[in-house]
Amino acid sequence: MTVTLDGVTQKVGAEQHLHPLSLELQPGTFNVLLGRTLAGKTTLMRLMAGLDAPASGRVYENGKDVTGASVRSRDIAMVYQQFINYPAMTVFENIASPLRRQGKPAAEIDRKVRGTAAMLRIDPYLDRLPAELSGGQQQRCAIARALVKGAGLLLLDEPLVNLDYKLREELRAELRDIFADGKTTVVYATTEPQEALTLGGSVAVLHEGRLLQTGPTAAVFHAPATEECADVFSDPPMNVVEAILTNDRVALADGTNLPLSAHDRNLPAGPCRVGIRANHLTVLRRSDRLVPIRGRVELSEISGSETYIHLRHGNTTLIAREDGVHTHPIGSEIQVYADPDRVFVFSTDGRLVAAPHGRRGLLRNIA
Amino acid sequence: MDKVQDNRAWFLIIPVFVIVAFSAILPLMTVVNYSVQEIFGPGQTFFVGTEWFQAVLADERLHDALVRQIVYSLAVLAIEIPLGIVIALGMPGGRSARTSLTLVLLALPLLIPFNVVGTIWQIFGRGDIGLAGATFRALGINYNYTSNSIDAWVTVLVMDVWHWTSLVALLCYAGLQSIPPAFYQAAKIDGASKWAVFRYIQLPKMRGVLVIAVLLRFMDSFMIYTEPFVLTGGGPGNSTTFLSQYLTQMAVGQFDIGKAAAFSIIYFLIVLLFSFVFYTVITHTGEGDKQ
Repeated sequence: MTVTLDGVTQKVGAEQHLHPLSLELQPGTFNVLLGRTLAGKTTLMRLMAGLDAPASGRVYENGKDVTGASVRSRDIAMVYQQFINYPAMTVFENIASPLRRQGKPAAEIDRKVRGTAAMLRIDPYLDRLPAELSGGQQQRCAIARALVKGAGLLLLDEPLVNLDYKLREELRAELRDIFADGKTTVVYATTEPQEALTLGGSVAVLHEGRLLQTGPTAAVFHAPATEECADVFSDPPMNVVEAILTNDRVALADGTNLPLSAHDRNLPAGPCRVGIRANHLTVLRRSDRLVPIRGRVELSEISGSETYIHLRHGNTTLIAREDGVHTHPIGSEIQVYADPDRVFVFSTDGRLVAAPHGRRGLLRNIA
Repeated sequence: MDKVQDNRAWFLIIPVFVIVAFSAILPLMTVVNYSVQEIFGPGQTFFVGTEWFQAVLADERLHDALVRQIVYSLAVLAIEIPLGIVIALGMPGGRSARTSLTLVLLALPLLIPFNVVGTIWQIFGRGDIGLAGATFRALGINYNYTSNSIDAWVTVLVMDVWHWTSLVALLCYAGLQSIPPAFYQAAKIDGASKWAVFRYIQLPKMRGVLVIAVLLRFMDSFMIYTEPFVLTGGGPGNSTTFLSQYLTQMAVGQFDIGKAAAFSIIYFLIVLLFSFVFYTVITHTGEGDKQ
């Protein structure tokens, strides 16, 4: 279905949870809601589901105004962070429950339940109770229950956040294929840029109750319209430093000079802000074009098989990424290298001026 | 990990062992000792084997008391469990003044000493000055718990319901509060009816606390003593004489220590058996849905 939000807001007490926000989701598309905790993702989903009515603004489904209409009358399914299944029903009965309510014939229920269960690889456990399954299987059961309903709108509110790393990776990759059938409009909320990129589709970036940017997920990642959006869409957050743009270099506030690259040549000279994602600030000098930056290690954390080094440089803290697991004593001197071809240039008020040229020429996505 | 064999570990359980020995095992063994002897006085005891047990098992009055006791306990469960669930479902959620007030009001009967409860109801039911008794009389209903055995029985039952339903309600309320709101949202989105929400979400999620509620209420009501003792003294006739009261009469009233000891052991085994049966049945109920 087409879901249209027209200037919706939400307030809880005196607290503004959503600022006026308009969004249109096309039928059969996969949409990621990306934002940090408290960005308003769940609030927005609850409005789409009809669990709450917006404080102001309208919600349309297929052009029909459904603002304030009861949840029961809507054609939606939802999956939550917690693994929500009927505790006293078997996996089979859990998945069958929406079909039973629709009054489908037994043969069809049996066929659909087994088909969906097979797709989510829980078909060997149909006779078990949810409590007898692992966390990942419980969530698969909840997803199967939502899928089998065949609803026009499927909402997934950080469904993988309570799973361990490996299961999350596994299920994430599968989900992309499962939702590829193209009939249902899917909305998937996540806090992780990596997850948004893996899932693809289009993205709506939220921050503190405001919609920052919408567009194809990869395009938004490569050309975030504002510094705020770039920050939300980078993990760890993007390094941003003050700089002055001249006709032959980008002079960072600390005195580091970056040579101009294809994307930031011919820009008007003057003060600007430069953003560098952690993965473009590396310990290894991959090419001669990379510019060294010295700093003192404040913290070095290991995430998966990568090491993130927080280093004090002048009066800012930069985060650099190093492949592999390394230890850097706190306070030690370290040299990292910035890639001048990979820097984002923002205006002093935080709007994107130039984004690095991607391999697929994504520059055209910036208006 | 290798298990470490060290006999010094025994020292660590000695305190627990000593406490349990003095508080439970020794008294119980004393009772076992009494139950196989005829005691005329200090130092004048004779071993009588299973004679007391045979006497107890053949005791007609005890059979009556046992039947009365079982009917009473089942009635207590049949009323208090559903009523407690209904009250818990109707209670306000969240952290509001209303919630606190409800909780305090519910907890009040639980704070009153047993014999005071008996006294309250004794006065409450009196035909001359009691609120309930006088009201019944004014309405022309012939109610007198001191002379009519059915009235007495019902009064004892209602008193127990008043005293203990709160406990069931509070336990169920705690069980309900532990259900994440997402379950209700999911049910709403599924279009589940109120009954379906109760049957498939609330009841299964309350199973743990219901096991505790049923066991507590069963054991407590099966051992009830103080309240009927104060209210009716077991009468009229023997109509409200329950097992523990009969036991007290036997042990303290008639000083039939051997018989009372044999009775105590049988009583203990009955409570144990019933509790085991309830526990087994309830913990396996949900699995019956598996077909």
